[in-house]
Amino acid sequence: MQAKEPLFGKTLDELQEIVRQEGLPRFTAKQITDWLYKKDITSIEEMTNLSKEARQKLSEKYDFGLTPHITVSKSADGTKKYLFPAGQGKFIESAYIPEKDRATLCVSSQVGCKMGCLFCATGKQGFQGQLSTNQILNQIRSLPEREMLSNIVFMGMGEPFDNLEDVLKSVNILTENWGFEMAPRRVTVSTIGIVPGIKKFLEETKAHLAVSLHSPFEEERKKIMPIENVYSLPQVMQAIRDTEWGRQRRVSFEYIMFKGYNDRERHVKGLVKLLHGIKCRINLLRFHPIPGTPLQSSDDQTIEWFRDALKQKGITTTIRTSRGQDIEAACGLLSTRELGKKESTKK
Amino acid sequence: MTEEQTKLFTNKIITVEQIAPEAFILAMPRLHDFVPGQVVGLTLDETDPPRLYSIASGAREDEMRILFNIIPQGSLTKKLSKLKKGDRIYVTEPFGSFYGKADPAFWIATGTGIAPYLSMYRSGLEKNKVLIHGSRSLDSFYFQKELKEKFGDHYIRCCTRESDRDVFKGRITEYLRQQRNLPTDYKYYLCGGSEMVVEVRDILVDKGIPFGNIVAEIYF
Repeated sequence: MQAKEPLFGKTLDELQEIVRQEGLPRFTAKQITDWLYKKDITSIEEMTNLSKEARQKLSEKYDFGLTPHITVSKSADGTKKYLFPAGQGKFIESAYIPEKDRATLCVSSQVGCKMGCLFCATGKQGFQGQLSTNQILNQIRSLPEREMLSNIVFMGMGEPFDNLEDVLKSVNILTENWGFEMAPRRVTVSTIGIVPGIKKFLEETKAHLAVSLHSPFEEERKKIMPIENVYSLPQVMQAIRDTEWGRQRRVSFEYIMFKGYNDRERHVKGLVKLLHGIKCRINLLRFHPIPGTPLQSSDDQTIEWFRDALKQKGITTTIRTSRGQDIEAACGLLSTRELGKKESTKK
Repeated sequence: MTEEQTKLFTNKIITVEQIAPEAFILAMPRLHDFVPGQVVGLTLDETDPPRLYSIASGAREDEMRILFNIIPQGSLTKKLSKLKKGDRIYVTEPFGSFYGKADPAFWIATGTGIAPYLSMYRSGLEKNKVLIHGSRSLDSFYFQKELKEKFGDHYIRCCTRESDRDVFKGRITEYLRQQRNLPTDYKYYLCGGSEMVVEVRDILVDKGIPFGNIVAEIYF
């Protein structure tokens, strides 16, 4: 039997088309979005302000469409890593990161990744598929701590702008007043620099952008991030410079610190030159080595020196606290292990 | 964003030729200069975002050729395969920096990932190069006759599903694992699906090749 199509993850426009096709009153679409994105129900039957006939009609073709997690790993620091099934023996990860004044969920946008960055665990499992809007938003809606969430970051498995349409739809549903109604400044999408995606995202949403930088120099970046061969750093920076950012919106740059590779004085100077005139923040990250990588993390002393050197040059720079190290928080490790288990069972 | 990635130029198809099961070569007049290894965006509708393809022809040829195979879940490649002489196609300017250079190098590809190397060798950059191509079937070693003549022993085919004389039976990764004393001062160019690129890169790093000597182009 063919699985029913999920309603959860549909935009208002899509729901209007569905109710039109089903011959239901036009206002039904708005009623459905209220049930999907604002209330705490899990079935079409519970949409009690819809007529019984409407619920019956919808239930014939659709279901609500939520999928619970299958495992959770809990870190001593409070971080939790959830593993969600993504169909056909595939898995995705979401990391819940509680802090004193906020709680962030790091969501995945693809199963695996095609980008092949040298330092990334997700890339090691290859690309296994795109996540639908339903699967992206399910990570948020099916999170046991969803009421605590204040921020969503698209920094889990996959490159969000290689799944642009579903990521844009997800951001739309998260931020529209008929959707989850989150403030756009509470949503950040992180990219390695797919320029057409950056442009469309900046045009169509108001959410924050984060760019994985990892070197201010094209030739060095190219050696650890193959995307640089297609969309170069000057092109990425041009797309950012061409944008009117306004007062609320922010661009930040993620910078993993690799020992002896991107942590020198010349990198500080390179970053200052590259980011000149852009109001931004740099987040420095410790590298958590993955099996087989030739890269190592810079030590804490170097990372602190690097932060101070950038700050002295007027660039807001923070060191991101490593969270969930005891539960393989580096994205991709948990799902790769689970995938391995499934594959060894198959043999 | 730079104009080269977004501005579309109208072009006309010269030929679309099927060269293997599911694989085609599309030819059109060359509108712009390019560096071997660069990509162009192609689309048949100005409102659809262009998809990127490596150029497979030489930098000085009058025609620009694109090697592609049919992607079952994609919509563009099926339409491209049905184009006829004179049909309209929109192209971007060439861009990207997976450049072919004169330095000694291994050129490693699976499937249509061989396209940038075809462009490089047709632009006269084949000296000091070893070309390794992986494919499932023998008829998907595109232009093998020409490549055998040009590269001789430096043209290595790895085939997973069929066997033939002078063809390594197995995946490209198995071939590389079996190699001893790969030169550490050569450049290693990788082009193809991300899984191959990541796996080959790991093998090369494990064999002592500095990661700075590995240049990768991923298809996405």
